Amino acid sequence: MSEPAVADTRRLNSKPQDLTDAYGPPSNFLEIDVYDPQIVGVGRNRYTTYEVRMKTNLPIFKLKDSCVRRRYSDFEWLKNELERDSKIVVPPLPGKALKRQLPFRGDEGLFEESFLEERRAGLEQFINRIAGHPLAQNERCLHMFLQEESIDRNYIPGKVRH
Amino acid sequence: MSFFGFGQSADIDIVLNDAETRKKAEHKSEDGRKDKYFLFFDGETVSGKLNVTLKYPGKRLEHNGIKIEFIGQIELYYDRGNHHEFVSLVKDLARPGELTQSQTYDFEFTHVEKPYESYTGQNVKLRYFLRATVSRRLSDISKELDIVVHTLSTYPELNSSIKMEVGIEDCLHIEFEYNKSKYHLKDVIVGKIYFLLVRIKIKHMEIDIIKRETTGTGPNVYHENDTVAKYEIMDGAPVRGESIPIRLFLAGYEITPTMRDINKKFSVRYYLNLVLIDEEERRYFKQQEITLWRKGDIVRKSMSHQAISAAQRFEGSSNPEKSQSKNAEDDS
Repeated sequence: MSEPAVADTRRLNSKPQDLTDAYGPPSNFLEIDVYDPQIVGVGRNRYTTYEVRMKTNLPIFKLKDSCVRRRYSDFEWLKNELERDSKIVVPPLPGKALKRQLPFRGDEGLFEESFLEERRAGLEQFINRIAGHPLAQNERCLHMFLQEESIDRNYIPGKVRH
Repeated sequence: MSFFGFGQSADIDIVLNDAETRKKAEHKSEDGRKDKYFLFFDGETVSGKLNVTLKYPGKRLEHNGIKIEFIGQIELYYDRGNHHEFVSLVKDLARPGELTQSQTYDFEFTHVEKPYESYTGQNVKLRYFLRATVSRRLSDISKELDIVVHTLSTYPELNSSIKMEVGIEDCLHIEFEYNKSKYHLKDVIVGKIYFLLVRIKIKHMEIDIIKRETTGTGPNVYHENDTVAKYEIMDGAPVRGESIPIRLFLAGYEITPTMRDINKKFSVRYYLNLVLIDEEERRYFKQQEITLWRKGDIVRKSMSHQAISAAQRFEGSSNPEKSQSKNAEDDS
């Protein structure tokens, strides 16, 4: 009988790992914080902006450290752009809270503290999920949202090349 | 069966000659139950006795003939009416007449060809069975005895490893390697994953074995995928330069040999699916087909002579001359 009695389970040869690879910083660092809600404007035309700060070492992002202010409708714009142009399933945004915009409420409505905190957390989760997606990282709208001072709604949609 | 008074009837029973010595194999039925059946190999003779026992001794049993058939057939679940018989042998045991007492008939199907392995799947079934029939004017008396057939193979001459580099540009590059492309059912998949670039946040990595059953032809092709195994090989985030080993023992899983285009009716193929899952539950995967085959058992003294010759035909020898001369010795 020429067949082996035991299955061949020897290890395959591996390249030995470089110490700098083993103990170096990870090359997948990406953190986005959404915080510091500020109310802008007066009277009926008030709205809230949030600070969106990104820290990363991914080469696809031009700036390794960026800080911009964005409002809820900016997040909605980003979601729509990605749903149209990229092939990804875009995660949901926190709710629009239309009821809170109606008058004669007992509380602060859109500017109620607990609501702002809930919305802030939802927006933070949303943007972190999107920014980590390799296909979303190719879209110009995401880079403009995260790293440019203001969003140019008349921009030309497209992919990022580097 | 007669509706008027006491008609004569009979119980029929098929008993194999080597029922004491023949091995049985477990086979899952359509409803998921596991039963044991007599195990046969290609070329083996199927012989036995058919016992016809009259229900009411003394009364005559009129019949239009007694026969026994050996059938190998493929049944597609969506087309139950049509059985595709690829083996159909019949032995007439008695001409039309009458039985005055219980009777036993001998039968032998010599060196029957059994080209395919028994298979019960999600949309198709391939089975072998003996069917004895006592034909009568109003209704036949019949009995079936299912058997299980295994197809054996030898170690393939060519069994290259699977080695590939895949990835998403600038996000993830891996090189994976599996030691073989053809594995027997009790084999071990030995391999490794080497990370060349990791720019996504990986949470864990697993290997799945996927069985794909394909039925139908042309525009009516239908694939049914079933994940037969899921085996986590890494928990946590890897970095560039890291190598993760794979050691997956196949014996514990419910797998069959790869079946390609059986009688042009169906196929059963297996794939290894390497899946990486990141912190947002996104899945990155790479599927590779592997070939599974059944290895013959090591010859033991207690096996029947027939099983020994069947196993010896397929033992690990990949030298064709050597196995031919062995056969000649057995047959003498």
